Amino acid sequence: MTLTKALLGATALCAASAAHAVDLEVTHWWTSGGEAAAVAEFAKAFNATEHSWVDGAIAGSGGTARPIIISRILGGDPMGATQLNHGRQAEELVEAGLMLDLTDIAEEGGWRDIVNPTSLLDSCTVDGRIYCVPVNIHSWEWIWLSHKAFADAGVDVPSNWDEFVEAAPVLEAAGKVPLALGQQPWQSNGAFGVMTIAIAGIDAWKSVVIDKDADMAGGPEYARVFEAAAQARLFAQNSKVQDWNLATNLVITGQAGGQIMGDWAQGEFQVAGQVAGEDYTCLPGLGVNEIISTGGDAFYFPVNDDPAVTAAQKELAKVMISKETQVAFNLKKGSLPVRGDIDLSAANDCMKKGLEILAEGNILPSADQHLSADTQGQIEDLMVEFWNDPSYSAADAQARYAAIIADAD
Amino acid sequence: MGAQWEAPTLALADEAASETPRVKTARRPIQLFRNMTAKVASIPMVLTALVIFVGCTVWTVVHSFTKSRLLPKLDFVGFDQYERLWGTRRWLVSIENLAIFGICSMILTLVIGFTLAAMLDRKIRFENTFRTIYLYPFALSFIVTGLAWQWILNPEFGVQKVVRSLGWEGFAFDPLYNQDIVIYGILIAAIWQGSGLIMCIMLAGLRGIDEDIWKATRVDGIPVWKTYIRVIIPMMRPVFITALVLIASGIIKVYDLVVAQTSGGPGIASEVPAKYVYDKMFKDQNLAQGFAASTMMLLSVVIILIPWAYLEFGGKKRG
Repeated sequence: MTLTKALLGATALCAASAAHAVDLEVTHWWTSGGEAAAVAEFAKAFNATEHSWVDGAIAGSGGTARPIIISRILGGDPMGATQLNHGRQAEELVEAGLMLDLTDIAEEGGWRDIVNPTSLLDSCTVDGRIYCVPVNIHSWEWIWLSHKAFADAGVDVPSNWDEFVEAAPVLEAAGKVPLALGQQPWQSNGAFGVMTIAIAGIDAWKSVVIDKDADMAGGPEYARVFEAAAQARLFAQNSKVQDWNLATNLVITGQAGGQIMGDWAQGEFQVAGQVAGEDYTCLPGLGVNEIISTGGDAFYFPVNDDPAVTAAQKELAKVMISKETQVAFNLKKGSLPVRGDIDLSAANDCMKKGLEILAEGNILPSADQHLSADTQGQIEDLMVEFWNDPSYSAADAQARYAAIIADAD
Repeated sequence: MGAQWEAPTLALADEAASETPRVKTARRPIQLFRNMTAKVASIPMVLTALVIFVGCTVWTVVHSFTKSRLLPKLDFVGFDQYERLWGTRRWLVSIENLAIFGICSMILTLVIGFTLAAMLDRKIRFENTFRTIYLYPFALSFIVTGLAWQWILNPEFGVQKVVRSLGWEGFAFDPLYNQDIVIYGILIAAIWQGSGLIMCIMLAGLRGIDEDIWKATRVDGIPVWKTYIRVIIPMMRPVFITALVLIASGIIKVYDLVVAQTSGGPGIASEVPAKYVYDKMFKDQNLAQGFAASTMMLLSVVIILIPWAYLEFGGKKRG
């Protein structure tokens, strides 16, 4: 017994001396003002433990960052932890055994009970083991409207998509860009997804994205969505920015009427000191179908040989999902917390709307959880071309879309 | 010269021959071990060439016939990846862009590079200064070049803004935001960056032309422009080939310039093949599709290169 104790003590000592002050590099693509403020909350909480956070921010959104992250993991130079959108992006990395199994701490922390909706945890689960820690719920289904732009044009702030379409020509006449849209492919794709849920409805969306029903994708419900997108691309014609936060900035400054963008845009309004309901309005589901998708960000921890690093990785996972960090992080980020048991009375109007919808259970999984990166990439290529080329007819684009869905796996 | 080149072949032949029982060569040193140090020294490079270039190329081509996603797997699917590749609008647009970009940049870079060099060669004053100015853009990376030109061509604060503020209110010049001409916006940046180097190579070639040739043409009363076209340019054939190879390799791999200037936009109007390969392999996690695209790129290079190499080297041997 004493021998075992001594041995254990010696091992612990060795481990402890190594475990002290592990510098854990964390990669993520949170670089806009609101996002950076939120990620600083993680760093603060993690630095309060014995370890320290080494920030590895990669500018240029997920499309740029993901290849860098994945090639570093595959290339044998893994970081301590990394952000990814949970879903199928990390599927193969997990299957190849490159990600740390977090099942023990998940069971210890009772994640299964606290994570709401549980689909978030399901997306982290492969063969019954948990490989990532969800940190927030992000929903795409929002349109952000600038009160200033509508006041300048002399029209009321719309309360749904149809009113927005009616108001668009007036905005244009007043020298505003009706719809702000960044030129990156994921933004065109996201905006289209939001319009699908609002216009074609939830059932149509589900049968296409979840069941991969190509007939539905080529059918009349989706035809209406493509028509509406063909109209919307004209509203966005003069929006010549690349990054989403620059497009959001057009809305904040009143140069653009609105932007279809996920709830992360809220962080930007907050940083700019704007107040929901006074300076800007948010409409979930474009004011038509009040429903939100519950995709989000999750952190993955690449497998590491060094037990000290592994211990630090698990520590970070615990910190990220803890009550205090969840509150602090999500208030800054404008996203919804992944646990249902915390108090967010400090949340603003838009977040409260989101929380209500979440509480009512009007939720959808996100497309990332059901479509592979390959399929998403093909749809993005299609969408970015469709949104930018007015000569690409809605019917042609729809036929191509249906073909992609038919091939999807 | 010729004998030296054929030495390795002879050595191999000798090896084969020594297997047959011929005892009389016992004293003669075996050809294979002649120049041992030189041969040993070149082993790393030979291995690099075989493993890295040939080996990895074969590996890539083989995997382009599989359905590898994020990780390479040997699940063969025949020509599926190629069928999908040639059915993808983005790939077709990329090929078209590369063709336009390639032809224009080849011709313009050569013409501009040669013209600048010829002008500098006319014994002008401040030649050093001009040469430095022309060569400077080449010192910048493609990313910096791309960003600088993105700003210059941006209608909000670039050329269009400046001309408009000078009084031409209706002036419109925003190539990077116009689907139809965006590739020319990228071309401008590429030529600005690349022609300085070509100028230097051309200038070196012009300096290599014997002064007597110029004297002879002057005596014969041939006009200067005609001398350039009829006499100087044919004499500079090797220089032109060097320049051509440099430009061509730059064209095939154009990627960073596009990423910095437009990231393929607006829409997919300025996509290029190299970007397709990168995006499919790493962003969309579809290795096999990226491999198929890169195999097509290799194939196109080979199709251009082999007839040229045959004409260039095969012809000489006969002649």
